[in-house]
Amino acid sequence: MSTNTQRKGFGSTLWGFLTTVDHKKIAILYLIAGGFFFLVGGIEAMFIRIQLSEPNNHFVSAAEYNQIMTMHGTTMIFLAAMPLVFAFMNAVMPLQIGARDVAFPFLNALGFWLFLFGGLFLNCSWFLGGAPDAGWTNYASLAMNSKGHGVDFYVLGLQITGIGTLIGGINFLVTIINMRAPGMTYMRMPLFTWTTFVTSGMILFAFPPLTVGLVFMMFDRLFGAKFYEVAFGGNTVIWEHLFWVFGHPEVYILILPAFGIFSEVFAMFSRKRLFGYSSMVFATVLIGFLGFMVWAHHMFTTGLGPVANSIFAIATMAIGVPTGIKIFNWLFTMWGGSVKFTTPMHYAVAFIPSFVAGGVTGIMLASAAADYQYHDTYFVVAHFHYVIVGGVVFALLAGTHLYWPKMFGTMLNEVLGKITFWFFLIGFHLTFFVQHLLGLWGMPRRVFTYLPGQGLDTANFVSTIGAFLMATGVTIMLVNIVMTTVKNEKVSHDPWGDGRTLEWSISSPPPFYNFKQLPLVRGLDAYWLEKMEGKDGMIPAEPIGDIHMPNSSFIPFMISLGLFIAAFGAMYHAEHSNWAFPLMFIGLLITFGSMFLRSVKDDHGFHIHKEELMNDNKGVEV
Amino acid sequence: MVNQQLNSANPRVDIEYRRKKSAEEMRYQIVSFSMMLFLTLIAFATVGLKGFDHWFAVPFILLLAVVQVIFQLFYFMHMNKKGHEAPSLFLFTGVLAAFLIVWTFSTIIWW
Repeated sequence: MSTNTQRKGFGSTLWGFLTTVDHKKIAILYLIAGGFFFLVGGIEAMFIRIQLSEPNNHFVSAAEYNQIMTMHGTTMIFLAAMPLVFAFMNAVMPLQIGARDVAFPFLNALGFWLFLFGGLFLNCSWFLGGAPDAGWTNYASLAMNSKGHGVDFYVLGLQITGIGTLIGGINFLVTIINMRAPGMTYMRMPLFTWTTFVTSGMILFAFPPLTVGLVFMMFDRLFGAKFYEVAFGGNTVIWEHLFWVFGHPEVYILILPAFGIFSEVFAMFSRKRLFGYSSMVFATVLIGFLGFMVWAHHMFTTGLGPVANSIFAIATMAIGVPTGIKIFNWLFTMWGGSVKFTTPMHYAVAFIPSFVAGGVTGIMLASAAADYQYHDTYFVVAHFHYVIVGGVVFALLAGTHLYWPKMFGTMLNEVLGKITFWFFLIGFHLTFFVQHLLGLWGMPRRVFTYLPGQGLDTANFVSTIGAFLMATGVTIMLVNIVMTTVKNEKVSHDPWGDGRTLEWSISSPPPFYNFKQLPLVRGLDAYWLEKMEGKDGMIPAEPIGDIHMPNSSFIPFMISLGLFIAAFGAMYHAEHSNWAFPLMFIGLLITFGSMFLRSVKDDHGFHIHKEELMNDNKGVEV
Repeated sequence: MVNQQLNSANPRVDIEYRRKKSAEEMRYQIVSFSMMLFLTLIAFATVGLKGFDHWFAVPFILLLAVVQVIFQLFYFMHMNKKGHEAPSLFLFTGVLAAFLIVWTFSTIIWW
């Protein structure tokens, strides 16, 4: 493709991103969109902390606080953490298994646009009469009585986003099962690929319950059904179960890829093979499996009865075992290694004590009897922020520094990276450590203010200071990104010098077809093996030949846009039936019309010919 | 693979063997199809005939349904053939997860 080497204007670059089906570009889209929502969720978090910095504060009203708190949780989980995890999965996983793209490039693009339009829909609520205000768990007993359209935005927005995530998960599963390079057996897959695999499997089983729960709530709120109306024989506890059947696997869906990124970081910067690789794989699968058996520990105080509480308490504590295996394996990977303290390694080392602290409070919360004391206090808030920020966000920040050169071809500044790290680490512990104490002292969750003289003032103020330190850290990282992008100093294929897996064997960023010749994988840490034998590239597994590539397509954007429009129609149909019904019809027409177009139009893609590849010196260097 | 084409240009393909395999395959299909029809008839009969109370009929029909699903998956959708390990892994994991969820729901919500 000669057009790919030409210099492009802004318009054609934009069009390129709108129509792309290339996993590397979709990864960049996920990174930008997820990063944007991370900032939005972060600003909401700052509002929460400013409001709570002193007793009887009037920075926001109670109603506004409920909306901000709900949207902080929803945005951070669904619109920031998930897509950022997907960004790294898209950017790295196909390269790690030696594939030229994911199995279904079109669906990959569709997944992204569905997520983005779902997220935008959810955030439109700020400008259209108020955001959802029933907490990110949206418990039916609250949500069914929420006035206005906030909860409708939640239900419809998450439904659209959820379809995108499910599509993405299935796509990664098929990719990993079918598209591994010659010699890449399951037990030679890098750990990030393994965690992507298990995570995708969990997405496959966890999202359908959420979909069912959301459909019930959508019918209840918009179309007069009574699934959660107790007066009509409905049951609000069903929502709690359906939500947590999804919600608990969801937190493992977030943390497993984080474990994957840290496993790569520890092995790379200890310059050692990952300790206990097979036990790491086993622990990953086991966590994925047990993740489905523990959801009711979120509902110990609902009145499930002592037998159910005991079973779920024990199952929950059992997850500590595979997680402990992982922690020890990471420690032993560093032991005796020649450790290099790069920015990603800083995050990885800080992750271990932070995450273990979150794990320990997790075991405390898992004891059903004790949970009656902790339930709905700031102790719980401290716990899940220790595991999600100390685990997932640290991993996302580490991954950003680690994979930035692979995604953009230029290195983020290491000095600024470490400054970010220290601000973020200190700010994080300052914010959330005192929240354990606040919880034990009796401060309930989700309150918009508290009275003076109850011993909560100082700790809340300290917590707010910590939040500002974290915000400073993130701001420095943004400065770092801008500076790096402006300078744009190109780096080689293995900029860290310690790359072990296949993604570091091809140029940064990789050519759009990834591998000129599929590499031959001869063991775990395939690229490291070749480097140890003095070669700076992989042995090709095939002669140079034509490469079949998919065509770009605008259809994924249109399918998602149609659902976005239809969701507005569905939401307003009760009070504005004169325009809302036609709007819903038009939206669905756009979606199904685009799907129909996709079905009838034959698109066989194109071939990059052998002759063009011969002159192109990117890809596998032999 | 059994579903390889019979009119292959490869002279080494043993046509007789393939024919035999296909005939065998066909026999299994017919047998399982007639079994499925028979099981459906039994299910209808359990409800239609007098003398079976609900406590017998409902679990019995569920059992027949499970057998039907197994026939469907293994004989008609070829899960008894090689190369279906990954789909069956995911299928059975899904069945297990769904079973656990329904079991929990029926014991602690609806009991």
